[in-house]
Amino acid sequence: MNLFGDALNWILDPANYAGPGGIPVRLVEHLVFTVVTVLMASLVAIPVGFLIGHTGRGRSLAVAASGGLRAIPTLGLLTLVALWVGIGLSAPFVALTVLAIPPILAGAYAGFEAIDRSIIDSARSVGMSESQIVRTVEVPLGMPLLIAGIRSATLQVVATATLAAYVADIGLGRFLFAGLKTRDYAEMLGGSLLVILLALVLEGIFALGQRLVIPRGVASGRPPVDRARSARPDPGMEPAITKGTH
Amino acid sequence: MTWIWSNLDLLWDRTLDHLVLSVPPIILGFLIAVPLGWLANRYRAGRGVILTASGLLYAIPSLPLFFVIPAIVGTSLRSPLNLVIALTIYGIALMVRVVADGLASVDTDVRQSAVAVGYSGWSIFWQVELPLAGPVLLAGLRVVAVSTVSLATVGAVIGAQSLGSLFTDGFQRGIQAEIIAGIVLTVALALLLDGALVVLGRLLLPWTRPATTSRRALRAAQLGEVSA
Repeated sequence: MNLFGDALNWILDPANYAGPGGIPVRLVEHLVFTVVTVLMASLVAIPVGFLIGHTGRGRSLAVAASGGLRAIPTLGLLTLVALWVGIGLSAPFVALTVLAIPPILAGAYAGFEAIDRSIIDSARSVGMSESQIVRTVEVPLGMPLLIAGIRSATLQVVATATLAAYVADIGLGRFLFAGLKTRDYAEMLGGSLLVILLALVLEGIFALGQRLVIPRGVASGRPPVDRARSARPDPGMEPAITKGTH
Repeated sequence: MTWIWSNLDLLWDRTLDHLVLSVPPIILGFLIAVPLGWLANRYRAGRGVILTASGLLYAIPSLPLFFVIPAIVGTSLRSPLNLVIALTIYGIALMVRVVADGLASVDTDVRQSAVAVGYSGWSIFWQVELPLAGPVLLAGLRVVAVSTVSLATVGAVIGAQSLGSLFTDGFQRGIQAEIIAGIVLTVALALLLDGALVVLGRLLLPWTRPATTSRRALRAAQLGEVSA
């Protein structure tokens, strides 16, 4: 595996660590870009998702919108926005924020929906106000799915931020495109390995974080998927999927 | 718009290229994921390993993977085969969990009844478990189809011709209509394959309304629970 050896040498070469185009700078750019994008998307998606999850209204619209957005090719959105606003940071920023919204939105409302209806009814019956129900019951119990949504959004953004280097001078993706241009396979492969490593590390951090934010009592780490149906009946939806509790 | 009318041939060619790139990975991914999912569901020990591995594979960003595959397989960097392999890997990563979940959703009573009336392990799988898991598999396959079609466009930046080439070309030449046409065609192709799978599901699983029973798996896939 000579190619991997070359790539490893490229990664370890001190010359690639200096200056504004060095590995550390690109890595930080990549990370900051990812974090800011996911935060922006969360600011939009979480409140809307909570609202949908709590009231049950607009769900089908949200599902349709997320489904449609999933089908939209990232590269197309990225290049189109880049043509509109010009080469630079704003194009990937806008495009990736749009892409990060659906998974977070889905996580937010699916988290609420996965809560057993009787728990919410109990909360209401002991006199909790709607806002108390949201804050102290639905948000903590819905947390695992919300985090799962943020996790998949983050992974998507980290991956697509690589592609952002196609239209902007940012992130680890630069090494891929620079290497492609100069036919420097060590640089392409080295850059690729760095992105993959970054993605896997983030994945690991999320896997750990997911355990930490889950309230005790929802300990299993997974929400009671497809709880006994409730307030918003979907006739004929539960069989075949609900796991038998034998 | 004028650009589109004068380049219909190009659009048609790229659409065909795109089909050739994206259909094989969907089918291959499914065929490989079924036995793996079965293993994951059947053997406790295998479950953790297989599901973790597929979760990690799914976490690998696509563009870097396109660069890494030639180094592993020995193909040339410009070969469309890289793309097919990468997309197949994502298909497997997504489907393995769906298959495992789908098989696990088969009621134990049903399985035991099958044993009681004399089915062998092999025929239980083919005649009982697989059909009953059908709606879940179909839901997963639909997600795979849509995301594969969308992901295949990324290959354009390393030179694999597809609808994605319309994006890179349109971007470099500053033709908005070309990019928009590419987006519309990609979404249309995704919806077309999705629709084809729904029809296929109706034919193969006539006893069920596929779209309704598959919420759980769909949702799992939507949330990226593959990597959970």
